[in-house]
Amino acid sequence: MKTSLIAAGLLTLAGIANAQSPVLTVYTYDSFVSDWGPGPVVEAAFEETCGCDLQFVAAGDGAALLARLQLEGSNSDADIVLGLDTNLTARAREAGLVVPHGLEVPSLDLPISWTDDAFLPFDWGYFAFVHNADMANAPGSFEELIALPDDVKIVIQDPRSSTPGLGLLMWVKAAYGDRAPQIWEGLAPHILTVTSGWSEAYGLFLEGEAEMVLSYTTSPAYHLIAEQDASKTAANFSEGHYMQVEVAAMLEGSDQPELAKQFLSFMLSDGFQSAIPTTNWMYPAVIPTDGLPEGFETLIQPSQALLKSPEDAASVRDAALQEWLTALSR
Amino acid sequence: MADRTQPLSLVGAGKAASAALLVVILGALLAVAATGTSTLRLGPSDWAALRFTVLQAVLSAAISVLLAIPLARALIRRRFPLYGLAITLLGAPFLLPVLVAVLGVLAVFGRNGLISQMMMSIGLPPIEIYGLQGVVLTHVFFNLPLATRLILQGWLSIPSEQVRLGHALGFGPSEAAQHLERPVLQAVLPGAFLVIFLICSTSFAVALTMGGGPRATTLELAIYQAFRFEFDLSRAAALGAVQVALCAVAVLAIRMVPTAPDGFGGLDATRLQLPKGGKWVRAQDIAVLLLGLGFLLFPILMILVRGFPFVSNLPDTIWMAALRSLCVAIVSVSIMLVLALPIATTLARFPTGWPHFAAALPIAVSPLVLGLGAFVGLRPWIDPGSVVLPLTAFVNAVMSLPFVLRSLVPELRKVDAHHGRLAVALGMSRSNWMRLIVLPRLRRAHGFGAGLTAALSMGDLGVIALFGSADRGTLPLAIYQLMGSYQMDAAAGAALVLMALTLCIFWIFDRGGRFNAAV
Repeated sequence: MKTSLIAAGLLTLAGIANAQSPVLTVYTYDSFVSDWGPGPVVEAAFEETCGCDLQFVAAGDGAALLARLQLEGSNSDADIVLGLDTNLTARAREAGLVVPHGLEVPSLDLPISWTDDAFLPFDWGYFAFVHNADMANAPGSFEELIALPDDVKIVIQDPRSSTPGLGLLMWVKAAYGDRAPQIWEGLAPHILTVTSGWSEAYGLFLEGEAEMVLSYTTSPAYHLIAEQDASKTAANFSEGHYMQVEVAAMLEGSDQPELAKQFLSFMLSDGFQSAIPTTNWMYPAVIPTDGLPEGFETLIQPSQALLKSPEDAASVRDAALQEWLTALSR
Repeated sequence: MADRTQPLSLVGAGKAASAALLVVILGALLAVAATGTSTLRLGPSDWAALRFTVLQAVLSAAISVLLAIPLARALIRRRFPLYGLAITLLGAPFLLPVLVAVLGVLAVFGRNGLISQMMMSIGLPPIEIYGLQGVVLTHVFFNLPLATRLILQGWLSIPSEQVRLGHALGFGPSEAAQHLERPVLQAVLPGAFLVIFLICSTSFAVALTMGGGPRATTLELAIYQAFRFEFDLSRAAALGAVQVALCAVAVLAIRMVPTAPDGFGGLDATRLQLPKGGKWVRAQDIAVLLLGLGFLLFPILMILVRGFPFVSNLPDTIWMAALRSLCVAIVSVSIMLVLALPIATTLARFPTGWPHFAAALPIAVSPLVLGLGAFVGLRPWIDPGSVVLPLTAFVNAVMSLPFVLRSLVPELRKVDAHHGRLAVALGMSRSNWMRLIVLPRLRRAHGFGAGLTAALSMGDLGVIALFGSADRGTLPLAIYQLMGSYQMDAAAGAALVLMALTLCIFWIFDRGGRFNAAV
């Protein structure tokens, strides 16, 4: 009894000591902080050097992050938002949420040039529909997918809450422009369900609830490398694939601006970037010194990369969303 | 003082409590309206949400009521071992947290559920659960028992002379159906249909988990999406206004049909002797009972079976969330107890008047609309996120108030009628009247009401989903987050914990009320 009391006292003291080291709060999406995601590795690596307590807070999927920050306003504990993408940066800036990082940016291994003064990229990839390699008549374009029998199902994510969902909206818009509503009407009968986040959609696919799921060209690498399972592949669409560049930024309301800057510069160093390919299963923004892991060379390479500028993405978003809602609510 | 005919009571406090209720609810509605009306323009998807809300509510209510007719008939005609347990089972879904039921229904009817597995093993395609069918199925799971209980209570209202007369005239099943059952159904069904329609039209958690995207979005879900996904307050508020209008129409319709019995009273059907019919009728009844009770029992059993292996491995965060849920439930019960007795006293003393309007108001207002109103109303003053748990407790207390009042008010009228004059003649003080006469006679109703409030509060996924966060979340929110990251095993384990806690807390309050009760 006595020892347990002493132990409890010591634990409390340890808790107080811990509470005295500064806390850096990072809002991110759910899968980033899952046990198999980058969160635990990144946390351990950063805490080794920062003398701080790095706390990840999972706030739903990427696009819901933005709403969460707006909802909390100046009351937010968050210092950094990590996991928005270029389709959302203009909105976040307009809402006055982020501040310039003021850092010297190292050279980036992105397919595009990077000039943003507030957002820094941490990884990138291409959206793609992932399916089992043995799927009969796997589609090679949106139109081939539409032409498949209605009982071939896909799972997609809600563009209002999820960055892959929003990415698909932009993908269809970038590839088809004014024909986007027709494409959505054609896809509608194939959509098993619309989930609010990526994790749930991918889980449904893995459980066999649907033939295909909206994910990334890099997702099959997870099965190949982590599970030695070559049975998953991504469909290569002839329209080209929309690109996602995932970003982080320091928040206007942060009470730890120096620590936040330190984190952002750590984010582009090897300690963070080397974790990305095999935990977040994306291409790192800065290729680590060891290069990409073996297995990444097997992934499909899109014939064309599609990406709207942040301003374009923001300006078409509302109209595209209405088209999506209208087509899918019939 | 000598001209009093009724003892001193809590009427003043009751008027104050009713007024407070009125101010809070109308205040929240005003806050919503002020935010929403400036841009009250609904797009095609919003109209689709309204259409879907009405469609699924009509279907859910119609199917529940239609299936309840043969089930109630079979329960009246047949006696079997564990009959009492079957009747208790009919009360269980009302207490069951929505997410628990959703997981249970998925385990039975989902693509990987029992039935789909069986269908696939004989070469049939699996059931598509997401969308309208999933939403309606889950609603029927919740409301079939309610409809059945309402019809059973209708049966109990038949004077036994009529039943005996039927016997004397040699009624067979078809004559009984025409002369005994039909009047019961005519009296009960419209009210039952409307009550279930109202319950389903404010459905949120079911549509959230069983809906299949924009095609299957209810107004409540659309409010949540506008708020949580886009932080578009004016759109959320505009949708909230539509939701309130829809509920108001349903409530007015309920007022216009004969009132249905409330469905919670004890069911003492043992003395009703109906013609039992021949072998064929008997076989039919057995089939109906097996299917009906199996439909209610299997999802609950599946939660037990699926969840049990994972309970011991649940992370600490789940237990913390469970603790928060228990605290919310207890605070909710306390708030309800403070409000209910004074308001019930006022309602019992005055058969009409504005307190009746105030007491009925929570039925027409959805929790999400109240939460939204609280958010926009509080935001200029404090961080709404920091008070989300007290707010959840308060909203849950308000939401359960109409149910509690339904059992308290008749009891209070009885106490007044039986003991009021004597108490006045004895010059009994207010505290003695309350302590010695009223409270002991209300123990049962209070206990049941507290149990109901606690159970509804434990299972609530409304306000907390709107602006709660994981570190301040309740158990239902934690389960939803597990489902969101597709950790279905952990979700099933946590759902089992939630179910056990909910039924326990209901049982404790309900038993506590009966223990040593005066009546």
